[in-house]
Amino acid sequence: MHYQRVKYYQTGTFTVGNRLLDESNRTVQARMDRTNSLNSGHRACQGCGEALGARYAIDAAMRAVDNQLVAVNATGCLEVFSSPYPESAWQIPWLHSLFGNAPAVASGVAAALRAKGKDHIRVVGQGGDGATVDIGFGCLSGMFERNDDVLYICYDNEAYMNTGVQRSGSTPPRAWTNTTPAVGPSPGNPMGVGKNVPRIAMAHGIPYVATASVADLHDLEAKVFKAMGIHGARYIHIHVPCPLGWKSDPAHTIKVARMAIESGLFPLFEAEYGRVTDRTSIRRKVPVERYLELQGRFAHLFGDPPDTEAIRAIQAIADANIDMYGLLSEEGQRGT
Amino acid sequence: MERKPFAITLDPGSSLANHTGNWRTMRPVYRDHLPPCNHACPAGENVQGWLYYAEEGDYERAWRVLTNDNPFPAIHGRVCYHPCETACNRGQLDEAVGIHAVERFLGDYAIQQGWRIEPGPPSGKKVLIVGAGPSGLSAAFHLARFGHAVTIYEAGPKPGGMMRFGIPRYRLPREVLDAEVARVEAMGVTIHLNRRVEDLEADIKNGGFHATFLAIGAHLSKRVEIPGRDVGRILDALSFLKSVETGEPPKIGRRVAIYGGGNTAIDAARTAKRLGAEEAVIVYRRDREHMPAHDFEVEEALEEGVLTKWLRTIRQIDEGGTLTVEVMELDKQGYPRPTGRFETLEADSVILALGQEVDTRFLRKVPGIEISDDGVIQVDETMMTGRTGIFAGGDMVPAERTVTVATGHGKKAARHIDAYLRGVRYVKPPGNPLATFDRLNTWYYTDAPHIHQPYLDRVRRQTTFDEVVLGLDESTALLEARRCLSCGMCFECDNCYGMCPDNAIIKLGPGKKYRIDYDYCKGCGICAEECPCGAIEMEKEIR
Repeated sequence: MHYQRVKYYQTGTFTVGNRLLDESNRTVQARMDRTNSLNSGHRACQGCGEALGARYAIDAAMRAVDNQLVAVNATGCLEVFSSPYPESAWQIPWLHSLFGNAPAVASGVAAALRAKGKDHIRVVGQGGDGATVDIGFGCLSGMFERNDDVLYICYDNEAYMNTGVQRSGSTPPRAWTNTTPAVGPSPGNPMGVGKNVPRIAMAHGIPYVATASVADLHDLEAKVFKAMGIHGARYIHIHVPCPLGWKSDPAHTIKVARMAIESGLFPLFEAEYGRVTDRTSIRRKVPVERYLELQGRFAHLFGDPPDTEAIRAIQAIADANIDMYGLLSEEGQRGT
Repeated sequence: MERKPFAITLDPGSSLANHTGNWRTMRPVYRDHLPPCNHACPAGENVQGWLYYAEEGDYERAWRVLTNDNPFPAIHGRVCYHPCETACNRGQLDEAVGIHAVERFLGDYAIQQGWRIEPGPPSGKKVLIVGAGPSGLSAAFHLARFGHAVTIYEAGPKPGGMMRFGIPRYRLPREVLDAEVARVEAMGVTIHLNRRVEDLEADIKNGGFHATFLAIGAHLSKRVEIPGRDVGRILDALSFLKSVETGEPPKIGRRVAIYGGGNTAIDAARTAKRLGAEEAVIVYRRDREHMPAHDFEVEEALEEGVLTKWLRTIRQIDEGGTLTVEVMELDKQGYPRPTGRFETLEADSVILALGQEVDTRFLRKVPGIEISDDGVIQVDETMMTGRTGIFAGGDMVPAERTVTVATGHGKKAARHIDAYLRGVRYVKPPGNPLATFDRLNTWYYTDAPHIHQPYLDRVRRQTTFDEVVLGLDESTALLEARRCLSCGMCFECDNCYGMCPDNAIIKLGPGKKYRIDYDYCKGCGICAEECPCGAIEMEKEIR
């Protein structure tokens, strides 16, 4: 599914708002009455992609279900920076239990609401890649296979950032973390490890799986709206740069995420019942270097001499994504 | 007191208690930058400002912003050489915005809609303007808006100056010119035609004028000594163009040579072609690259079949119309120098287009007015001549001689005349820093190809004086306007508001822009980085 890509109107649908477009073509984030589900005063780092992604997603979900929403949060950055005792940055019903059980708690909340006859109230589970890809993965898989009525959102910043940047199952090849130091013959995270949770979610045959990015707000909101229009287990995996752990400029958070899309390293697609149904095409293809060079965690690839072999291997991953999802096709073009 | 759960001693609080603004080392600030189009406009138009409303389809508001600076958009949309488009940042992206085409559309639309501009409340002051060309009419317009009573003495039979007697009607249809002049007259400006000023001081005294603006242009054709027996065949370009305008075109014969390389030479050649000349040949001492004429006009002339002889000077004109021309070559600096090689060229008439001079005779007896050696009037930075209360502008003062520069002079002079009449000094407000291309985040602009204006078909261009370049319509003008990048000027795209991870940007509502909440802004800089038009700057935080 695609929102209507608008041509010609100065910035079309590339910007958050656009005074030249119909209200219906503007984002929730452009609205003066957006929920600001995650409010000011939270303690995320400067330029935090996860804080941004969480507000994008939850504000859209709130609007999609007329504010009848409960969020269940796993342990992680998002939970820690938003709820230091006794403050909360959440302006929605929000609860936190443990690192590994958020999908199960979300399933329980949905069951409780159903039991109380309040199944118009919808449930979102959310967590970082640590909670989703590693620690809570069993609970997540269970939530999927039972087809519980929960939208689970993973904010993927590709490592355990809250505890000081340790690798997770989502850390990309060759990236530096504190547990994959940039030393030795093949520095950084090894090639060929990690897992692709959107594909694993698809393998459960659940009604809806999508990937999204903080660099394409219209696309992200359209996917959240679509997910909230469906009952059953749904999964959205959002790419959220982390200036701290990626050693990138806080001002570059959107730019880094954009380069991930445009290089093909982070493919944007949707899947229903296990089959890819749509993808968001690359607008201006760039080599992976444009993405990697913005981040200090890949700085060791650009030494003297540069690690051309590693860069070539990463480019091969991007090329495989482009091929697999048809990211250069005209269809699904991100505006022109 | 409410009973708290086990081990909980504090009341629930909001994160708003935590003022994260104190983390900041850099602070974002909204700062307007000067769009390059505005910067380049000789008439001082707020191009980005009026395009902003045109983008919304609010053509009247666009036209009103435009006419704050320039009363003649329908004229300028046709004859201005649009330095704005040369400066346009979009030119570095794909093609410059067709600013002149949108301006022309707005001007034509305003004429069609009959929009008018009201004069200001009467000030009781009277101003004399000498000359009803672009500079004089522009000054009249602005002075009328200041509330001054304006009288124009015009030596010619019709108002417009060079816009009527220099620019052929295939570039500027006379009904367009008449309509825009009439709008100035409707503001209460009185134009006395066929009223040549001989004794300026007497005219000022008799009319009881409090200030004077001289804008007589440069209407004397420069001449050059060419030995020749058949002088009857030699015309000057201005008289030629003027005679066509007054309906008495001279016989020019089958083959016409035009001598010169400026825009007037091009106009004369294209006019000769339309009058039936089979051959119209431009003879110029340098090459196309070094012609002062604008390239698109040369191109249009060539399309119409005008011929050229670059690197030639006319040395002699013989009876029977044989011209002896000498082949020139360019030195390293681009100056032509003779080679001693000669050719002949047959021509039934020769039109000289070698530049114009100011007719300063009537000013020589006015004390205080300073005329430089090259025959132009000296003015200070307020456009005032050496004589207090007498100002001058347009082609008669040292500047580039274009309609747009003249129109800009009119506005500038009007502001200083108004200040002079009120006994104060007009101080130009300080300008914003230039919005350079590197400030833009061009990712956010849609790919939108430049819309080219249609042209009249070639046969009609060679045989009639119908307008050559045609206009945009309501929908195409809208699309072209929307190609504007709004360089350096916030256009409320909501990127800063939407992309702040800390909700530290407060949207104030349509047209009211935004405010930064420094209590929570952590100074990450995403807003400045992702602002498409570069209207946010990061400054060092001082505590």
